[in-house]
Amino acid sequence: MSAGAAKLIALTAVWALLAAAPFWAPLVGGYTALGARVLVLALAAMSVNFLLGFAGVLSFGHAAYFGLGAYGAGFALKFLAPSTPLSLLCGTLLGGIAGALLGLLIVRRRGVYFAMVTIAFGQVLYYIAFQWSSLTGGDDGLRGFARQPLDLGFAKIDILGDETAFYYFVLLCFALVVAVMGFILRSPFGRAMIAIRENERRARFLGLAVERHIWIAFTLSCFFAGFAGALYALVNNFADPRGLHYSQSGDFVMMAVMGGMRNFWGPLLGAAVFVVVQDYLSSVTVNWMSFIGLLFVLVVLFFPRGLLGFIRRRAPA
Amino acid sequence: MSQAEAAFGAGGKKSPAPILKVDSVSKRFGSLVAVRDVSLAVDRGELRAIIGPNGAGKTTFFNLLSGFFPPTSGRIAFEGRDVTTISAHRRVRLGMARTFQITEIFPELSVQDNLRIGAEIAAGYALRAWINRAERTAVQRRVDELLDLAGLAAKAKRLVGELAHGDQRVVEIATALTLQPRLLLLDEPTAGMGDQETYAMTKLIRQLHRRGDLAIILIEHDMRVVFHLADMVSVLDQGKLLAEGAPAAIAANAAVQAAYLGEAA
Repeated sequence: MSAGAAKLIALTAVWALLAAAPFWAPLVGGYTALGARVLVLALAAMSVNFLLGFAGVLSFGHAAYFGLGAYGAGFALKFLAPSTPLSLLCGTLLGGIAGALLGLLIVRRRGVYFAMVTIAFGQVLYYIAFQWSSLTGGDDGLRGFARQPLDLGFAKIDILGDETAFYYFVLLCFALVVAVMGFILRSPFGRAMIAIRENERRARFLGLAVERHIWIAFTLSCFFAGFAGALYALVNNFADPRGLHYSQSGDFVMMAVMGGMRNFWGPLLGAAVFVVVQDYLSSVTVNWMSFIGLLFVLVVLFFPRGLLGFIRRRAPA
Repeated sequence: MSQAEAAFGAGGKKSPAPILKVDSVSKRFGSLVAVRDVSLAVDRGELRAIIGPNGAGKTTFFNLLSGFFPPTSGRIAFEGRDVTTISAHRRVRLGMARTFQITEIFPELSVQDNLRIGAEIAAGYALRAWINRAERTAVQRRVDELLDLAGLAAKAKRLVGELAHGDQRVVEIATALTLQPRLLLLDEPTAGMGDQETYAMTKLIRQLHRRGDLAIILIEHDMRVVFHLADMVSVLDQGKLLAEGAPAAIAANAAVQAAYLGEAA
């Protein structure tokens, strides 16, 4: 019961910190938009970790669905209608459906082969986005759209000009998706995912249709990544082919592993460290990635369960 | 399906139709014939032991029965239904469960979570994101039942990976039982066990067998276990079925003795 209480306190603290970010972030040299970036990239890293940490399936190409989500949101705002919810929906659908289709082809692959095919597919999309300038803006990225005020019927919320209002919008989106993920992982479906991670052969010989299960988990994870990508387009008012690139996928995996992939909240911590270190260092040196790389190596060597795994082990009770 | 019925005699519903009927099954790996033209019928509720020297093809034969891979030729029918080309997880759902020579469990989960996952899959909840209170209670009841049956109640909350080898083997059998199979395949259930654990395992298998309608096929090297448990013994040697019969007859069989002595020499 005390372990449950400790968990509840930790959870409350996390949400309180996130909710109060616009107030404390400037005091420590941060800014609200940085907070929104952390949340969005954390969501993407959590979508990777949904698969990696709980089904044991490594996708090294989740940037593909993240990037598609961003383009989907951009296209919707630019060509369909000036609506923020619609853009999120379109981005999520584009990323998720692409993932569902690719998933059908690759669920029988495992381990390195699975990772390789996901990378390859992501790179195909990257080059398409890069080359198809007339639609995507090519290397310059997709511009000419902006997130729209939220129309609640009785009130309009300006999330374009008001950074704090936008942060809370992102936090709300983050909370909703994270709640869905948590709900799924606690369900029989989630336990069967963990069964696959723990021992695929045993799961199969308990009568589980392993391939179908991985396909559904992969598809869900791509919907989450697509949603994160769509939010990212709203953060930047911009979609970029680099959002599809495998190095972006690598960043997501790094955030998940650095934060602790066996832990639901690990990727959030990983993303926070990653984004903050990147933000501070990139104003000092162009070689900021070497420092992140070094940090990553140190974490993997000394805290194999990630930063959060380390904290949890040190914490009493 | 109709072909299978013709081949395996669907008419015999009332007569003791075998629960498992294997019809001249072979498995070839390149030039190696691991299982050669083996036929066998196991009755409902029978306890059959498969013995044979190392490399006789026993585990390969199990892999064919459980759908780990398909046979090169021949047919397998379970409860009158041709399952030769049916995938492993669907065979399990039809009522054929198995354990492995090297224990296959979920080591980082507790004993009760191992069983819960099995019970939820068996109940068809694996794709559900939500189960209601009644369903959850039913799953828990099934888990408790199996914990009692396997004598694991005191260890329910322990991580399986931390248990002694013998207990891990018992957990694997208990998870296989979550599906309420009518045929249980046990691949060397007492492998790597000391005398005491072997005795306890033998007792458990006998108890499972007596409980009801469960047919068990086990691969076993320990002849004490075989002669203590088995109704019938099949002997494999170099992929072929060398002999089949009651334990006493097998013990007296000259060809069987030669196969074992040949291995020893």
